[in-house]
Amino acid sequence: MSAPSGDEVQDLRLVNLVKSFGDFTAVDELTLTIPAGSFFALLGPSGCGKTTTLRMVAGLEAPTSGQIMLGSTDITDEKPYRRHVNTVFQSYALFPHLDIFENVAFGLRRRGIKDVAGPVNQMLELVELGPMARRKPAQLSGGQQQRVAVARALINQPGVLLLDEPLGALDLKLRRQMQIELKRIQTEVGTTFVHVTHDQEEAMTMADTVAVMNKGRIEQMGPPVEIYDLPKTAFVANFLGQSNGVVGAVQGRSGDDLIVGGPGGSYNVPAARSTRQEGEILLGVRPEKLSIATGGSTSSVPDRHNRATGKVTDASFTGVSTQYLVMTTWGDEWTVFEQNRSVDLLHPGDEVVIHWAPEHTFGLDVPAGQ
Amino acid sequence: MPALAPVAGGAKVSVGAGVQRRARTAYLLLLPGIAWLGLFFVVPLVSLFFTSLQSPTGTPGVYQPGFEAANYLTAISDYWPQFVKSFIYSGIATVLALVIAYPLAYFIAFKAGKWRALLLVLVVAPFFASFLLRTYAWRTILADEGFITSTLNALHLLPEGRILNTPIAVITGLSYNFLPFMILPLYAALERIDPRLIEAAGDLYASPFTGFRKVVWPLSLPGVVAGTLLTFIPASGDYINATLLGSPQDRMVGNAIQINFLQFRDYPVASALSFILMAIIPALVFVYIRRAGTEDLV
Ligand SMILES: Nc1ncnc2c1ncn2[C@@H]1O[C@H](COP(=O)(O)OP(=O)(O)OP(=O)(O)O)[C@@H](O)[C@H]1O
Ligand SMILES: [Mg+2]
Repeated sequence: MSAPSGDEVQDLRLVNLVKSFGDFTAVDELTLTIPAGSFFALLGPSGCGKTTTLRMVAGLEAPTSGQIMLGSTDITDEKPYRRHVNTVFQSYALFPHLDIFENVAFGLRRRGIKDVAGPVNQMLELVELGPMARRKPAQLSGGQQQRVAVARALINQPGVLLLDEPLGALDLKLRRQMQIELKRIQTEVGTTFVHVTHDQEEAMTMADTVAVMNKGRIEQMGPPVEIYDLPKTAFVANFLGQSNGVVGAVQGRSGDDLIVGGPGGSYNVPAARSTRQEGEILLGVRPEKLSIATGGSTSSVPDRHNRATGKVTDASFTGVSTQYLVMTTWGDEWTVFEQNRSVDLLHPGDEVVIHWAPEHTFGLDVPAGQ
Repeated sequence: MPALAPVAGGAKVSVGAGVQRRARTAYLLLLPGIAWLGLFFVVPLVSLFFTSLQSPTGTPGVYQPGFEAANYLTAISDYWPQFVKSFIYSGIATVLALVIAYPLAYFIAFKAGKWRALLLVLVVAPFFASFLLRTYAWRTILADEGFITSTLNALHLLPEGRILNTPIAVITGLSYNFLPFMILPLYAALERIDPRLIEAAGDLYASPFTGFRKVVWPLSLPGVVAGTLLTFIPASGDYINATLLGSPQDRMVGNAIQINFLQFRDYPVASALSFILMAIIPALVFVYIRRAGTEDLV
């Protein structure tokens, strides 16, 4: 058994990883590197292959092809119980016949470590469960069980800690609390965390790097701010936050900008923020990047801004901001978030001009079927 | 608040009456069961107890009421070898049944997939044929000129040259006949184990065998205890397997009771034997459960 050292954390690399179940490809040519010590979030809709990917890394599922590397070691064919990788299962999978102490000590004992009391108590302190050591899992709340699951995996100082929607079973308030807790623990121990979730807000608040997965493939990967600001596919633009979009055709260039002719007029987008430089293009912009001008104030719209006209169809006041739905002249419904700096709200039926800076625009390939 | 006191008291009385009425209904519902038990279990048991203390009248087969505690001494001194054999045979048969049943139950619970229901039906299928008939069938299977015996003899594996009419045949018959009683509780216990626990054990550096030893086995213990008891208890009182498959030297307590009742017509000694058996089994069960450390699970 390769004794987990815990001294140095190593990069996890997946190379052309494929997993098929019969005709169905659950994970398709996945290649990615997860830097040592990072908090990595794997984000995607239900059924996109997140759990399957984690299970392959943990050794619970054999890849159809491809390689899994931990540092410079190929662990593709290594038995799960020999891998320097531990998992926090979605259902926690705590051993019901063992108390919390023994659950946490399980991995150490299997590796023949005799003196477990010190590390176990230290780990229970870290997850703030010291007084619960002699209870059985059934006597703990959901959040406490979740922390036991983390402690039980972390105590082994794995090269990589895999977390499969560990917060899925918790209510919203507890989720937020545990997100902060997990992030604190990760910073404290410095282990690589691979965190699977389909909650985009969770991924963005916790992770250094987010990978958005769809249909067994990684669509885009990077720091949350970067992906949010500049999505590379329509799927990412809509899965990570909200986006408004309009399809147009590139008509020319003006300096660093592409000029795109669309249904409501022409728009500018920086060429560097577009995946295509010619032909059909999907322009996108985030709802909070939009400003609204009405009748009298339209003259104040900066000349360089892109603009679209329409009619307010719905206004929902949420306190900090108001969310408007605006029907554009060409019949698309756009979402606009306006901060409530004034008390004058717009009402359904009001004619408005929506405008935004070109540098907040992104250009994407038009997805098939649009 | 003196004005409120009578009201509160009144409410309490009415709640109490409701509870009493409900309790009475529960007892009424229990009546048929209690009557059944009283008629068919307690009465014969008491009658058997008095029989075990009767003294002879001189006429064979006729006894008079008395306090012959000596019947018990006779039962023990004459038949202790049968007691010992009973517990040894049924003990070995129980262990054998456990060894056979565990992998089978494990397979049905974790690996059988869509075949699960069919396999469970097959487990209980032998019950569709009579106990006696099935035991007779084993006479044929284990017969001296049969396939099994001749094959083993060809390999010189049988010290006595035969299986039928030896303790081996009795033990084989016992474990065969009570096997479903072992499989079903084991299956019920194993089926409740979340397979993700096995994966979790593997993830936490337990080899498949260690994972079994540390997770599956302890979680299946209630099934092991239930299965061994359900096999051991009826097996130790059985006489059919010893009669049909064993030689006269392989008789068990069940045979001693049967012979005393039906052949010697020595009812007091037969009754005393029954009572001794009835005392020893719970004692053994108690010790066993204490050792298994699962009193709270049974
Ligand atoms: N053992 C299996 N046999 C056949 N298909 C499977 C198997 N396991 C998973 N799949 C399929 O593979 C796809 C990916 O499954 P996976 O569990 O990885 O999804 P996921 O991204 O974790 O989804 P969720 O967010 O709902 O947990 C799904 O379409 C699923 O039906
Ligand atoms: Mg999943």
